[in-house]
This record gives sequence, C-alpha cells and structure tokens, in this order.
Amino acid sequence: MTEVLFVLFAVVALGGAFGVVISRSPVASLLFMVATLASVAGIYVLFEAHFLAAIQVLVYAGAIMVLFLFVIMLLNLGHDYRADLKFGLWSLLAFVVVGLTAGVLAQGFMDVGDTGFREDGAAVAAALDEAAREQGVAGVIAEPLFTDYVVAFELMGLLLLVAIVAAVVLAKPRN
Amino acid sequence: MLTHALILSAALFVIGTLGVIVRRNAIVIFLCIELQLNAVNLAFVALSRYTGIEGQLYVFFVMTVAAAEAAVGLAIIISIFRHYETVNVDKFNLLKW
Repeated sequence: MTEVLFVLFAVVALGGAFGVVISRSPVASLLFMVATLASVAGIYVLFEAHFLAAIQVLVYAGAIMVLFLFVIMLLNLGHDYRADLKFGLWSLLAFVVVGLTAGVLAQGFMDVGDTGFREDGAAVAAALDEAAREQGVAGVIAEPLFTDYVVAFELMGLLLLVAIVAAVVLAKPRN
Repeated sequence: MLTHALILSAALFVIGTLGVIVRRNAIVIFLCIELQLNAVNLAFVALSRYTGIEGQLYVFFVMTVAAAEAAVGLAIIISIFRHYETVNVDKFNLLKW
C-alpha cells in the first residue's frame, strides 16, 4: 500500500515538475507547482513527517503560491502565452549542467546506500515513532526547536521581520 | 523506500535546475528555485527516518527561509517590472558587458 501511494505521489510530483518547466503560461506553471507541492506533502506523510506535511500544504501550497499568483495577476502576466524557452547554446549548457548535477547526486546517493546506517536506521525510526506517540507529531519537532535550536528559531523570527520590511520598502513606488 | 525517495529528490532538483537555465520568465525561474528547495526538503525528510529528528527541523528552517526569500524576491520582481515593463530576464542587461 505504501509503495503504491509512493509511486502515485512520485509520478504526480515529477509530472508537475515537468509541467512547471514546459508550460507556456505562468499561471499554468504555478498550478503544476501546487500539484508537485501537494504530492511531496503526501510523501512526507508516508515518511511519518505529519507536521511538515501540514505546513507544506498550509505555508507552501497555500500562502507562498498564492503570493506568486497575486504577483502574476498584479503584473498582468496571466495571458502571456509567448514561448519563453531558450534554445541553441542554452539548451546545450542546460544538458551539460543537468547531466553533471545528476551524476554528482547519483554518486552521493550511492555512497549513502553503501554506508551502514540503514541497518541501525530501523532503531532510529522506531524511536521516532515512539516519541511521536508520547509527545504528538508537533511535540517531537517542538521539543528540540525550543531547547537546542532556540537561537536559530529566534533568528528565524528576526529574518522574517527583516524580509517583511524589505518587501514593503522594495515594492512601494518611489515618488 | 529511502533510495526511491532520494532518486525522486535528485530528479526534482535536476528538473528545477533545467527550468532555471532554459526559462526566460523571472517568475517561472523563481518557481523553479522553489522546486529545488523542495527537492532538498524531500531528501532531508527521507533521511530523517534513519538519522533522527534533526532532518525535519532543518526542513522547518528551510521553509521559513523560503517564505522570506519569496517575499523579498517577488518585491524585487515588482520593482524591476515597474522599471522595464517586462519580467523577461534577457531584457535586464544593465550589468552586461
């Protein structure tokens, strides 16, 4: 069952990703992106990361994608159907870069497969499931977030404040 | 399933890279960067089953940074559009030699 769901979500995610790159209209790209994000959230659920799946749907597929859509509509780009793919030298460069990246990633993931942590991984997964049963799926993340990583968490709040102020200053028309 | 998730993550990242290189619309390029961030998040979540909860914490941080980045990036795109009346990156050539 899990494998079937994983294959389903993976196919939708890959198809959506291709749709983002290929489709002419930016709005269509964005809707394909929402499909990809939703199926990645489904894969998070398969990996027992329920809290992350929830904020993936709420924050990513909800808030950030709506922000993108809002900007597309604000700039009136919705019916811009000219193909804007680059061809020629650019597609050659794209093939080289994509091939190199895929090779490096495949090499790295083969190394991951070779190292032995998949054997003791079952114990880690069991401990995670036990903690999730005791503390709840949000509690498992919240506990280290507010103890070991509290400085990073506070800096994250500061970063969001700076980003909001910067966005207002940049987008405001100067006159 | 770990291997399959890592392969999917690599494929999504590569498709995102392809999009960044071949598209001209600045907003679609930005969407492709978000796609790459999501591919990395997927790898983090898949590996967190084998190494501990930290992987999921990093995904949380990456999502926050992505939200901040989207806000600032879209504001920059609006600001550029106001100046050039287009979001085609080939037209932004002020810094070209």
